[in-house]
Parts: sequence; C-alpha cells; structure tokens
Amino acid sequence: MLWLIPILPAIAFLVISAFFVNRLRRIAPYVLILALILSLIISFSALSKAPLQGAEEQSLLWLHADDLRLEVGTLLDPLSAIMLVVVCFVSLVVQIYSIGYMAGDEGYGRYFAFMSLFSAAMLGVVISNNLLQTYVCWELVGLCSYLLIGFWYRRPSAAAAAKKAFVVTRFGDVGFLVAVLAFSLVAKEFNFGALQHRLAAGDFTAAFITAVSLLIFCGAVGKSAQFPLHIWLPDAMEGPTPVSALIHAATMVAAGVYLVARTFFLFAASPVALIVVACIGAFTALFAASIAVAANDIKRVLAYSTISQLGYMMLGLGALGYTAAVFHLTTHAFFKALLFLTAGSVIHAIGKQDMWELGGLAKKMPITALTCLAGALALAGIFPFAGFWSKDEILASAWLRGAESPLYYLLFAMGLAAAFLTAFYMFRMWILCFTGTPRTKEAAHAHESPWVMTVPLAVLALLALVSGFWLKQTVPGNGLPFAEFVHAGPAHHGEAVWLMFLSTLVAAAGIVTAYFTYYRAKVSAAAFHSSFPWVRNGMKSKWWVDAAWESFATRVVIAGSSVAAWFDRHVPDGMVNGVAWLCGQAGLKLRPAQSGQVQLYALVAFIGIILFVILLRLTTGW
Amino acid sequence: MKLDFLLIAPEIALAGLAFLVLALDLIFLRSKKKGLLGWISAAGLAGVLVLLVLLKDTQGNLLRSFLADPLAFDFKLILLVAACICSLASVDFAGRHLRYPGEFFSLLLFSTLGLMIMVSAGDLILLYLGLELGTISLYALAAMQKDRPRSGEAGLKFLIMGAVSSAVFLYGASLLYGSLGTTVFADMSAAEPAGPALSLGLVMVLAAFAFKIAAVPFHMWAPDVYQGAPTPITGFLSVASKAAGFAALLRLFMGPLYPLMGQWFPMLMVLSAFSMIVGNLLAIPQSNIKRMLAYSGIAQVGYILIALAAASERGTASAIFFLFQYLFTNLGAFIVITMMGSAHGNDEIRSYAGLSRRNPLVALCMLVLLLSLGGIPPLAGFWGKLFLFWTGIEQGLYSLVLIGVLATVLSLYYYLMVARQMYIEEATDKTPISVAFPAAFALVICTFFVIALGYPKPWMALAEAAARTFGFPH
Repeated sequence: MLWLIPILPAIAFLVISAFFVNRLRRIAPYVLILALILSLIISFSALSKAPLQGAEEQSLLWLHADDLRLEVGTLLDPLSAIMLVVVCFVSLVVQIYSIGYMAGDEGYGRYFAFMSLFSAAMLGVVISNNLLQTYVCWELVGLCSYLLIGFWYRRPSAAAAAKKAFVVTRFGDVGFLVAVLAFSLVAKEFNFGALQHRLAAGDFTAAFITAVSLLIFCGAVGKSAQFPLHIWLPDAMEGPTPVSALIHAATMVAAGVYLVARTFFLFAASPVALIVVACIGAFTALFAASIAVAANDIKRVLAYSTISQLGYMMLGLGALGYTAAVFHLTTHAFFKALLFLTAGSVIHAIGKQDMWELGGLAKKMPITALTCLAGALALAGIFPFAGFWSKDEILASAWLRGAESPLYYLLFAMGLAAAFLTAFYMFRMWILCFTGTPRTKEAAHAHESPWVMTVPLAVLALLALVSGFWLKQTVPGNGLPFAEFVHAGPAHHGEAVWLMFLSTLVAAAGIVTAYFTYYRAKVSAAAFHSSFPWVRNGMKSKWWVDAAWESFATRVVIAGSSVAAWFDRHVPDGMVNGVAWLCGQAGLKLRPAQSGQVQLYALVAFIGIILFVILLRLTTGW
Repeated sequence: MKLDFLLIAPEIALAGLAFLVLALDLIFLRSKKKGLLGWISAAGLAGVLVLLVLLKDTQGNLLRSFLADPLAFDFKLILLVAACICSLASVDFAGRHLRYPGEFFSLLLFSTLGLMIMVSAGDLILLYLGLELGTISLYALAAMQKDRPRSGEAGLKFLIMGAVSSAVFLYGASLLYGSLGTTVFADMSAAEPAGPALSLGLVMVLAAFAFKIAAVPFHMWAPDVYQGAPTPITGFLSVASKAAGFAALLRLFMGPLYPLMGQWFPMLMVLSAFSMIVGNLLAIPQSNIKRMLAYSGIAQVGYILIALAAASERGTASAIFFLFQYLFTNLGAFIVITMMGSAHGNDEIRSYAGLSRRNPLVALCMLVLLLSLGGIPPLAGFWGKLFLFWTGIEQGLYSLVLIGVLATVLSLYYYLMVARQMYIEEATDKTPISVAFPAAFALVICTFFVIALGYPKPWMALAEAAARTFGFPH
C-alpha cells in the first residue's frame, strides 16, 4: 500500500495534465486534493505501523547489471512515517488555500499539475529505500521548484529567479551525484539498510565515509539553502506564495535536512562530517537571521528566516541531536507554512509586499493577524508554542555535545544569538504589518481573505500552538513520545530546565526590543545604523555573498565559458559538421552504384564471392 | 520407425490454413468483401501461434532433418507474429490496391510455411526446400501490385537475384556434401584443416545467406525490391525473410561449421563492417522512406553480424533478441508506411510533413518506432543494440563495435529526419488522415511491444534458451 502514497499524486498529475489544464481547470485542485487525502490516510496508517527498530522495506529489482543492483522501493521507519504525514498534510492544506489564492489565474490548471508532480516527487524522496531513487526524485523536486518559481514566466524577474534556483542548487547536486557514483563504484549498493549494514561490518574506510558524507551534505546545502548556496531561496519568492509555503518553507528545502537524517549513519561515523554540518548550520542560522533583520519585503524576511531555521536543523544533526532536528523539521513545517500563507493572505488582499507600505492590518484582517501572531510566537520560541519545544531541544543537544568538543559551546552561543534575532525580526515584521496606521491607500482598504484561505490558516495556527507539546508527549496513531519514536541509537532524555528559561528569556528580549524599536519607537533604528554603519550595510547587502557569487558568475564563469564556447563552436562543431558533410558526400558518391541494373548487382555479388575466396586464402592459406 | 507428428503440427496447421484461404477465395468469397480473407488468415495465424506455444515443450526431431528445438521455436515465433501482423496490416491494403487478394493472403501463408520449414531444417536438402517455398512465394508477392510498374520490376529483380543466390547455395551445399559426406547437420564433422572444396562450399553457403539477409556486397537487390514491392510485403520481407536467413546461418555456422571458425570469422567481420558503413551512408540521401528503411535494414544486419562474429552463446542470444525487437520495430514502421502510402499515393519522406497534426496517434507510434530503430533507451531497440555491442566487446571485437556505435549515431540523423517532418514541418494539406482499423490495431500492438521490450528479461530468456541448443563451451 505504501507505494500508493507517491503514486496517487503522480496519477493526479497525469489526470490533471491530460484533462484539466484548459477548459475544465476548475476541477484540477479537487483531483489533487482527493489524491492527497488518500495519501494522507495511508500515511497515517503507516505512522501507526512503523517499526521502532530497523525498517520495513518493499522493493522491485529494476536492473541487475553484473554485481550492481538497482531497485525501486519503499522504506517505512519512524523518520519516513513522520515526514510522509507532514508532507501530505502541509501539501493538502496548501492546495486548499491555493483554490482561493490562485482563483482567476490563467495558469490555474497548470499550477495544480505542477503541484501534483511536486507532491509526488517529494513523497518519492521521503519514501525511497535507496540513494539512487532518492537522487532521481531529488532532481524531480528541483525541476518542480524551477517550474513553480517561474510560474509567472512572463515576468522577467520570475524567470531569472527560477533559473538562479536551478543553477545554484545544481552546484550542490553535483556533490550528491558524485556521492551516488562513489557508492556505485565502491559499495555496488544503494540500499540504505544494506549500506548501514556494510558500514557496521567495517567495509568502508574512514576516509571514504567522510568523503561521501560531505558530498551528500553538498547536495543538502544546495537544496536546504545553507551558506554559501543560500542565495537562491530569497529570489525564489518570485513564485506564487502558496508555492513558497509548500516548497520553499515546509517540504523541499527540508529535503536536505531529511537527506542528512536518512544517511545519518554515515555522518554519525565521521566526526569531521558532523563538525562541518554543525558549523555550517550554526553559521547559517545566525547569518541568515541577521539579514532577515534588515529585509523589508515580507516574503524575504520569511525566506531568510527559513534559511536560518534550516541552519538550526543542520546544527541539531551536527550535534548528534537527530531527534531534535527531525522534531524541529516537523514543527517548523507547520508554522513556517502558516507564516507564508498569512503573508500570502496579506499580499492577496493588498498586492504589496513591502512592510513599509503596509501597517494597521490587524483591524481589517483579524484572522490573518491572529494566526500570523501564532506563527511568529512559534518561530520565536515562546512557551507553549511549537517552536519553543523543538528549538530548545536543538540548543540542548548542542550544549550536551559541548562537553565532548568545546567548539560546540561556540555553536550553541551562535544558536542563542540567532534565537534573539529571530524573535526580533519576526516581531518587527508583525508590528510593521499589523499594528499602527496604514501607510498606503491599499493597506487602508484591505479586506480579510475568503474562508477557503482563512480556514487553512486557522488549522495551521492551531498546530503551531499545540504540535510541539503534543508531539513531545505522544505521536498520534502511535502513542509514543516523539523522542522514543524517532531516534538514531538509544532514545535519550536530556531535559535542561535552565536552558528552557534561558532561551525563553532571549526570545522575550528579542520581542521586547522589537516592541520598543518599532511600536513605541523608544529605540531608534536610525541611531543604531549611524553608530554601526558597517553592520547595517552588511545586513542590507546580504553580507555581500550575492555580490560575490555574481562577480564570480560574471567574471570567472562567463569568461571561462566564452572561451569554451569559442572552442566548441570552432573545433568540435567544426569536426562534427565536417564529419556530417563527409558522410553526406560519401552517401551521394556511393549512390550512383545503385543503378537499377540487375546485371550489375549480380556482378558485384560475384566479385564479392571472389574477394571472399581471396580473403580466405590470405587469412588461412588452405 | 514412428514419427511424432506433433513436432510438425504447426506447419501442418499452417499448410491447412493456406489451402483453406485459397479455397475460400475460390468458392464463395469472390467479389465479396475481400478484407475478410485478411481477417481469416490473421486469426488462423494467431491460432497457429497458440498451437506453437502450446507445443513449446514437445521437442525432438523427425529423421534428424526436421528439428523442433528452442531455436526453431524462437524463429517460428518471429515468423508467425510477422505474418499475422502483416495480414492485419494488409486487410485494407489488399482490398484497395490488389486485384487478387485471395492469392495474396494464401501466398503469404505459403511463404511463412516455407520459412518455418527453413528454420527447422537440420538437413541441407530440407533447408533448400524451405528456402525455395518461402522465397518463390515472395517473388510472386513482390510483383502482386499490378497497377504499379515498379512492383513488377521488383518481382523480376527479386526473382533473378534470388535465382542467382539459390544457385550459389546449391553449389555451396554440394561442395559441403562432397567434403563431409552427408547432408544432415548433426552428422557433419568438419574440422581444421579443411580442404579447398570445403572452404569454397563455406564461402558459397555464406554468400547465399548473405543475399537472403541483404548484407553488403550481396545487398543490391534489396532497395529496389523493398521500394517496388507492396508495402506490407516489404515489411514481411524485411523481418521474416531476414530472420529465416539468420536462423539458417546460425544453424550452420554455430553448428557443424563452428570448428571452421578461423575461416568464416574474417568474412563475417567484413560483411558486418561493410553493411554497417554502406547501409548507413546510403540511407542518408534517400528521399523515399521505403528505400531509406531498406538501407537502414542493411545497416541493422551489420549490427547483428557482430553477434554472429562473436560466435558465443551470449552472441547468439543477443542476435535472436535483436531480431525479436526488430520484428516489432520494423514491421510497425512499415505499417505506418502502408497507411501513408494509401493516403498519399507515394512513399516520399516529404509526405510525412505535419503528420503529428493530421493523425497524432500514428505520428506518436511512428516516433516511438523510429527512436527504437535509432536505439534510444529505454525502448526495445536500445536493448537490442546494447546486447549486441556488449557481446562484441566481450569477445574483443572492438573495431566492429566502434563502427557500430558511430554508425548508430549517424543513423539517428535519417531516422529523426522523418520525425522532424512529422512534428516540425507544416503540411500543405492539413486534412486529418484516417486509417483502417485492423492496420491501426496492428500498429498499436507493435508499438506496445516496442515499449514492453524495454523490459527485456523474458525475451532474453527465450533467446538464451535457443542459444543453449548449440552447446557452446562456457
């Protein structure tokens, strides 16, 4: 049954593409929603059936070439079960929301077709039992991301953003591909379970494990927008907002984290890889949060926030906090999707995304404002919202790891600093959007979105409130606490009450600072800017990373590729054209031999026989 | 001596069917709907096919000269499927373009019978009889379309060149008999060093079958005959008659003549290399699609000869697998040509312009078939070529495989030229083209199998079973 989970949306994709793209496009979302409901039901049953030890697999042998086995299969363990439910659920909610958000768009049918393909591919990534299949689906979600970022392809900025996302993630994917090839050469095996078994048996050298872990991590860095490949995600906000919510906040960008979690047995065996993951994660968390502080576009704030939170998850994984990272992935999926959808609701109502052009929306759009507040509190990590529980566990695991390797204390401090900034920028955003007086005409005339959009918001807001506490106590359908359900190695309970207080305090400090800066205007942002101009400039210009990539792209790559293009046009093309010309000429020259005269045909055959006899004499000499 | 007639039951049934069709034509179907005969022969052939499959495990021989073994089974499968599809494709064609459809179908059945005997032959004389029955019927079939002078020309050229090749075969066979003292393959014991008579016999037998399979330089009849013959017959000729030629080559050269490998190996190399090169080069400038496919067929023969030159169990199996996929791919292409020929009255590649708008289904099927001919994964043609080249590399035939790979790249040019016409060029006449149901049905079957053979395992298992009959050393 499990294989139906990705297949149902795939069927929806085919059905929608075949029948519901043009005239009947109103029906398109319902096809996908039906498929997702069925997938969600199966996923829930999988959640209750997932084995606590090992994994249940089903697979088909696809190709057997010498000693290399390629299979297509499904894998059920707590990690995949949780992810399946999260992906199906968030996708379902986003599709319902999209009925309202995308209404009237001429690409309505196409939108849902792409969304179906995305859901199928993403579920394919999650359910895969081997690295090769993961890679295939991984590329497929990348394609869907490209198609959906560039959904409004007539807008040059959207087309450019789509291209940027595709090309930048490709940098990381190359690493992943090399890892896949390395496994095909060294292990002759892609199955996760078998690889884990081989690893435990000591079949791989330490250098190999570190190398493939880092290569896989390259893929994760690209997909999960970690420094320095994070630059594509803010631009990806050119896509429709529900797309940002589903793909660029809740699911696809989390695929990088999922991949690391799925191959965690490799990382756990390589201390170097763990430190790299933790450092990149912690740095990204702090770095992206600092940019979010200076961003003015409501979706860009959320995009940098997503990058920052993914950094948290990576930090969790790198600190051996497997459970904490997956927990944060789950809760983050709910509240970040919520935040994007509230942003979408605002954009849908007003048509502006610059926070300085909004303001005072709480009265006009109470549901949106309230649900957004729930999301912001969850993201900031305020008790008892979801983010509080999961973020706290990540910090706790970094702290615990510090006992073995002091570097982790530094990473812990970076995480804490990022938590402060997170609370600050979220409330900066919320205050600027929803409080005060409207700063533009459009904002003054805003209306609440239709129920088809607000109901999903309410559902997600409820989850943002309760999912952390709830899941920590008991995973639905399963009855176990999250930490006993999803874990790598023995389940552990590292409660640190002082840490809970500390992180709440830090988050509260961030909120209070935002309150005094932007609501009461007691603290002047301008004064801060003039005393630390380099900080402001750095934040504003995204710490110059985009500019560095751009100059790399325009100088080095373009220069190199123009040389290559010249070479290609003149040498290989010249050769190809020359060969083609030669073949064409040879054909024309040979043609007259076929004169239509049977006598000639017989003669040629006769000469052929004579030549064969001569050949025989020469080669064997009878 | 007790003869087990079950071994020859499919042939007996087929002979009965052929006479039945002839009689039905005479008795009560004259001037009635002629298409019915095509349906009857297709259904009958399907019945014979079922009989053949049911009797798959009934193996043995009659007087050591008629063999019912896995090799014969595989090739009879090819022949019967080819004849069945060809009948379906001809239902509409025969009614429209032929004055004597009854003779057409019964001759087709007789030809199939001859070729079936040929692939079962374990004796030079029976081989010759099968060859003649199969080929003489085809001479008549090639000349059947009396309103087209080219058809008569094709029949006559085919007859003359066929007679030459028969003569060459008979000379060769008599030299083999003279040297080895028997006509029964199983009793032949050829061994190095062979005398000049045996070697000359070998050359002549090889040349005779090189005519049959149209390998360079014995290929020159093929383009003219392919172009002139009624299109369904061209399809049958390119698949069934060729397959039977390969069956005979395999029987002789992997069987009793295997010890003389040192002598025939260089000749097969030359045949293979020249067929690939000349076939592909001459396919490029063709403007008539039937001629183009004739040359493409010559090139495909070159690929198969790599596997014969490899002279191994895997080689034999991959040659047979290639013929399986070629059956569906090439026959499907000729069904499309039949349809288009009926619609346009010519077979120019130009006439395919805009087909994707005029009949999307036919265009799509043709695209799949062309891609398979070009060896694009994951279609049947890809696996066919992959296995051939693979065994070539295994046996160290690097130069042939290199030519084969380069030739494959070259061949994409002319296959995709047709695809380009269908999908990119605009048609001058934009009216939809309607096609007859039986032919469309046959086309869909062919396309289905071209895709289904993308999972090659079951077919390869059949081919490997046949290859094991030779008992190659492992």
